[in-house]
Amino acid sequence: MEIFDLTIHELHEKLQAKELSSVEATRAMLARIEAVDDKVNAYITVTPEQALAEAEAADKRIAAGDIATLTGIPVGLKDIFITKGIRTTCGSKILSNFIPPYDGTAVARLKERGAVIVGKLNQDEFAMGSSNESSYFGPVKNPWNLECTPGGSSGGSAAAIAARTATATLGTDTGGSIRQPASHCSCVGLKPTYGRVSRYGVIAYASSLDQVGPLTRDVTDAAIMLGAVAGYDQMDSTSVNTPVPDYVAGLGAGVKGLKIGLPSQYFIEGLDPDVKRAMDEAIALYKSLGAEIREVSLPHTEYAVATYYIIATAEASSNLARYDGVRFGHRTEDARGLAQMYAKSRAEGFGSEVKRRIMLGTYALSSGYYDAYYLKAQKVRTLIQQDFLNAFQEVDVLLTPIAPTPPFKIGEKLADPLQMYLSDIFTIPVNLAGTCGLSIPAGFSAAGLPIGLQLIGKPFDEQTILSTAYSFERETQWHQKTAPL
Amino acid sequence: MKYQVVIGLEVHTQLTTNTKIFCGCSTRFGAEPNSQTCPVCLGFPGALPVLNKKVVEYAIRAGLATNCSITKRNVFARKNYFYPDLPKGYQISQFDLPICQHGHLDIDIEGETRRIGITRIHMEEDAGKLVHADIPGVDDSCVDLNRACTPLLEIVSEPDMRSPDEAIAYLKKLHQIVMYLGICDGNLEEGSFRCDANVSLMPVGSSTFGTRAELKNINSFKFIKQAIEYEMERQAEILDEGGRIIQETRLFDPNTGTTRSMRGKEEAHDYRYFPDPDLVPIIISDEWIEEARGTLPELPEAKRARFMTDLALPEYDAEVLVASRELAQYFEDTFTLFPQAKTVSNWVMGEVTRALNDDGRSISDCPVTPALLADLLKLMEKGTISGKIAKTVFDEMYKSGKAPEKIVEEKGLVQVSDTGAIEAMIDEVLEKNPGQVAEYRGGKETLFGFFVGQVMRASKGKANPALVNEMLLKKLNG
Repeated sequence: MEIFDLTIHELHEKLQAKELSSVEATRAMLARIEAVDDKVNAYITVTPEQALAEAEAADKRIAAGDIATLTGIPVGLKDIFITKGIRTTCGSKILSNFIPPYDGTAVARLKERGAVIVGKLNQDEFAMGSSNESSYFGPVKNPWNLECTPGGSSGGSAAAIAARTATATLGTDTGGSIRQPASHCSCVGLKPTYGRVSRYGVIAYASSLDQVGPLTRDVTDAAIMLGAVAGYDQMDSTSVNTPVPDYVAGLGAGVKGLKIGLPSQYFIEGLDPDVKRAMDEAIALYKSLGAEIREVSLPHTEYAVATYYIIATAEASSNLARYDGVRFGHRTEDARGLAQMYAKSRAEGFGSEVKRRIMLGTYALSSGYYDAYYLKAQKVRTLIQQDFLNAFQEVDVLLTPIAPTPPFKIGEKLADPLQMYLSDIFTIPVNLAGTCGLSIPAGFSAAGLPIGLQLIGKPFDEQTILSTAYSFERETQWHQKTAPL
Repeated sequence: MKYQVVIGLEVHTQLTTNTKIFCGCSTRFGAEPNSQTCPVCLGFPGALPVLNKKVVEYAIRAGLATNCSITKRNVFARKNYFYPDLPKGYQISQFDLPICQHGHLDIDIEGETRRIGITRIHMEEDAGKLVHADIPGVDDSCVDLNRACTPLLEIVSEPDMRSPDEAIAYLKKLHQIVMYLGICDGNLEEGSFRCDANVSLMPVGSSTFGTRAELKNINSFKFIKQAIEYEMERQAEILDEGGRIIQETRLFDPNTGTTRSMRGKEEAHDYRYFPDPDLVPIIISDEWIEEARGTLPELPEAKRARFMTDLALPEYDAEVLVASRELAQYFEDTFTLFPQAKTVSNWVMGEVTRALNDDGRSISDCPVTPALLADLLKLMEKGTISGKIAKTVFDEMYKSGKAPEKIVEEKGLVQVSDTGAIEAMIDEVLEKNPGQVAEYRGGKETLFGFFVGQVMRASKGKANPALVNEMLLKKLNG
């Protein structure tokens, strides 16, 4: 087994036992990136000098006996995370020259624990997409099949795990952007409850939906990463001041007597047969482990995608107004006067999916349309939240597919944005409800493409979905399979 | 045709919090451009606003002082528009749920009290400043974001004012209140207290408002009057010629005293307000409101009434003394040590104010403290010095900051109440002016003042005027 194949907890043991140094681990990871990333395109920016300096610092800490689980571990960050002194593009031309003057909270917390940042990962532009095809820096390819997309928008964060080019990564999830690529790349991806992880220093797409979370090789690593970044932050008014449990310690709780709900609206006609089979097998496994399976109803599911595309785009249309070429980012070379500078800088700087969503959101907020679209969407959102709260009166977790199909081909859905939007139907409601969900590897299609399973938990009960996933992982070992790169 | 003007005012008051409304940067005026900024107020990607609680407290105080009801559940909204001084491309403000609503202020105009409604007060962040001034080697416009994200209260009145004088009276009253509350420094020139005026005309006797113009960029009380008067003339001229007023925003030009069109209704922004998802609703409890009520100072109206009823001051005195909280405090501090209200009032409105005006100082920098002034008044009361000498002593105190006793002693200004000395001076004066004495005794009693003046001069002002009067009368009338 190569160094870059190791999980966080495996690598941590070796670092602690001084079998390996962080510099060696970081060198191995940088070499792996060098060797395979041309094929995958998971990285926008690789930062070898900073990474090696951080690794040296980590080794000093370890030598002094000051070691946290993440000390010396090479991690990658979606390029949506603001990193001091390291270019942060958000997958967009408009920020292609932007070097931030500060670190966001999640990044600062990783650094405090001594994690080594090896680079910034590719993503859909401003996290708008489900396939990583909207990146200004080119599409990411799925390590399991280079003709397929890795999903999106945290496609680079998922592909780097599958390609073994980062031990763990951070992504963000606004409508499924951690869970869906995790599913498509056979890794663990966790979207925590809204408010669990600070959004300070995360470039906003849709502020009321965005949430930071880890993508990892296994469930234990997800627990470690969440434990490191979670918790109240006074810099984010929407972060919630509630205790952060020791997630790793709670992993072995088991599922005996656990009530698992299957939302009838998620097991629909037209679900890909391979996905259906994987779900059936997972349900059977949980039953055999002593869980109680019940059917539940989330009656407003069919409105989720429409609701999401109003709320998310409305917020985005405002969040993206700051990219005006005045203080940072791309400014057109060729403008006469202010109005032209704005129009041209933005026309040149944003890609077509971003423009589409800015226009949708601007329309939804326009006077005369606000009540019919934005206000109504907020009301439906409340109903969707209520659906989940009702379901959680009956069950402890929900089990659903992540995506209706295994990974699709690059270019396959580009011509039809609506079809692309609909592929997020199983992940979007969780963001609207503000609760937590994760994706765990649950098998492969006949064509050998990964299939993920979604576990949805009660608000702030990440612990239960992690331990439920951990029981599954121990029995199935899907996470041990590696992509044929 | 005769027209009735209808005026509504929107006032932006900049709050005197130490830090900005959504970040920890300083709000100090006049610093090096862009030196008081951070990722939050620069609108950098990933930065998030965190509300300064002090702003909410100040807003509650303003609401209570203007008889508003305080909104329990407060929501911040984004007002979206593009401008280079607006870093995020939206201003964080309040929209449908402002923190204060349904208030009013009473103004006195020509002896009558008029009630001016206050529609709403809301909290918001200020924008930065564009600098077009010549900077060597730079021909572009520059942006200074020091002011961006400083806290403002926007105070919107009902269209209840019916003359420029009423508008001024309302503004002055509001200005006085925010100063008393200590929430705004009230500096019009630095833009801490800015006013937009909505002005329309309707035929006298009508109750249907005409189309209004919104006047911007008015930064002194004088200009407000000028701008409204100009606008009344302009609109009247158009209406007289059978024209129609266009709803528009007009910019006041202080150099010409005129207004010119800035943008019309069709160019008006669609601000696409929506609740800011980065900020959670602020719930204001009854306890919080009561706590704020407890911190309210006595407001000018109440103070004025108290001065008139408890201290028996004339209305004019009371009005002048409550003009600023500091002046009223100076008066009250002096009065505590020398409890003769009218005497203190005369001195504060007279000598003190004159001296301060002469060298442009404010009352809080007055070298003659209330304690020193009270000492001076006591000397006068005891008869140690005359009122006239007291004024000389005051000037000396103002210059040197010395205690009055010391000055009196050093300069030998003690009043002469020795009847023998005074008699001698009187005799000398009468001896020197036999003609006038004869005339006086012949019936020209108006000459009495002349003799008093001569005696006072002879004593270099130190003679006790009451004694001089008494003794002179005796001597002259034999």
